[in-house]
Amino acid sequence: MIEKVIFYVFAGILLAAALLVITARNPVHSALSLVLVFFTSAALWLMAEAEFLGIALVLVYVGAVMVLFLFVVMMLDINIAVMREGFSRYLPLGALVAVVMVLQMLLVIGAAGVDFSGFAEATNPALSETNNIRMLGNVLYTVYVYPFELAAMVLLLAIIAAIMLTLRRRGGTRHQDINKQVRTTKADRLRMVRMASEQKNEQ
Amino acid sequence: MSELIELAWIVAKIVALVVPLFVAVAYMTYAERKVISAMQLRRGPNRVGWHGLLQPIADALKLLMKEVVLPQNANRFLFVLAPMLAIMPALAAWAVLPLGDGIVIADINAGLLYVLAMTSMGVYGIILAGWASNSKYALLGAMRAGAQVVSYEIAMGFALVGVLMAAGSLNMSEIVQAQAGPIWNWFWLPLLPLFVVYWISGVAETNRLPFDVAEGESEIVAGFHVEYSGMAFAIFFLAEYANMILISGLAAVMFLGGWYSPFHGLPVLGPMFDWVPGIIWFCLKICLFLFLYIWFRATFPRYRYDQIMRLGWKVLIPVTVVWLIVVAGMVLTGFGPWF
Repeated sequence: MIEKVIFYVFAGILLAAALLVITARNPVHSALSLVLVFFTSAALWLMAEAEFLGIALVLVYVGAVMVLFLFVVMMLDINIAVMREGFSRYLPLGALVAVVMVLQMLLVIGAAGVDFSGFAEATNPALSETNNIRMLGNVLYTVYVYPFELAAMVLLLAIIAAIMLTLRRRGGTRHQDINKQVRTTKADRLRMVRMASEQKNEQ
Repeated sequence: MSELIELAWIVAKIVALVVPLFVAVAYMTYAERKVISAMQLRRGPNRVGWHGLLQPIADALKLLMKEVVLPQNANRFLFVLAPMLAIMPALAAWAVLPLGDGIVIADINAGLLYVLAMTSMGVYGIILAGWASNSKYALLGAMRAGAQVVSYEIAMGFALVGVLMAAGSLNMSEIVQAQAGPIWNWFWLPLLPLFVVYWISGVAETNRLPFDVAEGESEIVAGFHVEYSGMAFAIFFLAEYANMILISGLAAVMFLGGWYSPFHGLPVLGPMFDWVPGIIWFCLKICLFLFLYIWFRATFPRYRYDQIMRLGWKVLIPVTVVWLIVVAGMVLTGFGPWF
C-alpha cells in the first residue's frame, strides 16, 4: 500500500519535472528540473530493487554530468526571446520526430515482449536476497567482459579526442612551471644583507 | 497500520541521529575557536557561560534574530533553495553510517555507493548559491568551489574503491567487520596511501583550509555565500560543519575500524576495554579527525588555486590508481592479516 503511494508520488514528480525541463523559461531552471528527473527516476529504480543502477544514476548523472551542464548553462548568455522565435516554424518537424520516437519505443517494447505485470509487485523476494552489485559484477567481468572492455576503450578514446580537439597552445601566456616552483630553494629567492645596526643618536 | 508504525519508528531513529548531530555541529564551532585560540596563545570565547560553553547557543540565537536579506535581481527561488540543497546531502549520508555494531538507520548493500552519491550532490548548494545571488564575487567563489569539489571527488572515489576491494563489500557494516581486530588490523595500514589521499581530498571536499579558496577573503570577499545573511548563512555554516563530521565519520569507518576498540582481540588489553561501547570508540575516532581539521586550519597557509588543481589531478589521482593495483595484488595473494 505505502509502496504504491510512494511510487505514484515519485512518478508524478518525475513527469512534472520532465515537463518543466522543456517548458521552463530559464535554462538554469531547466537543468535543475533535469536533475530532479534523474533523482526521482533513481528513486523509482530503487523501488524496483535495482539499487546499483539507481545509485549509479545519481552518482554519475546528478553528481557529475549535470554539474558540468549547470556550469555551462550558467556561463551562457542565452536570449530566450531569440530562442522562442522559431518555435511555430519547427513545431511540425518536432512533432513528427516525437511521433516517430514514440512508435519506435512501442515497437521495441512490443517486439521484446516485456511483461510489465512483474512491476506491480514492488518486492521480489528472490531478487532482494542476492547482492545486486555482485550479480552485475559477475556478469560484466565474465560473460560480457569483451564488450565491457571495448566500451571502456571507446570512452577513453572519446576523452582523448575531445581533449586533443580543444587543446590549443597560445603564445604569449605567462605560464608557470610548477616543477621549477617546487624545486626552488631559499638560496634562489632570498638574499641576506648585512647592515650595521642603527646608532641611537645619529644626526 | 504496521507500516505506519514502522514509518514512525524510522522517523524517530532519524531524529535521534540528527539532533545530536546538530549539537555536535554547534559545539564543533566552539571547539574550533577554543583549539585555535590555544594554538595561538589566546583565550578564545570565555564570556557566555562557564568557559564560554554557551557561546554556540548565543551565536545561533543571534543569527536567528537577523534579517535574511534578498539581494535585488537575485533569483529568489534558487536563492532560498541553495542552503537547503547544501545541508540535505550532509545529513542524508548519515543514514548508512554504522555508529556501532548494528546501530545504523539503513543497513543497505550499496552503502558506500550511496554515500558517494550523496556527497557528490553537495556541490549543487554551492553552485546555485553563487549563481542565484547575482553577484560576481559569489559566482567566482561558486565556480572555484564547484571545480574543486568535482576534481577531488574523483580522488576520493578511487580511494574508497581501494577500501571496497579490501573489504570485499559495499555494505558499511561489513567494511567495519572486515577490520575486526587491534589497531594494526584496520585498513589504514595496508591502504596507507589511499588513507592519506582520502583525508586530503576530504579536507578539499569540505572547502576547508588549506583548500578554502572558495571563500578566499582576500580575493573574493567571502565566496559563494557572500550575499547570504542571518539563518540562510547559518545553514551554509551548518552544512560545512556537518560535512566535516561526515567526512570524519567516513574516514573512521573506512580506515580506522569504525566501532572497534584499538585493543580488540588482544590478550590482556582487549578484555580490559570490552566494557566501552563501540559508539564511544567511533566518536573518539571522529574527534581525532575533527581535531586534525582544526589543526590544519591553524597551521597551513592557503594553497594557490592552480596548485590545488595540480595536487588533485596530477598527484592524488595517479597515487590512488597505482595503489589500487597494489591492493589488487594484496587481495589475490591474501597478504598479511588484512585480506
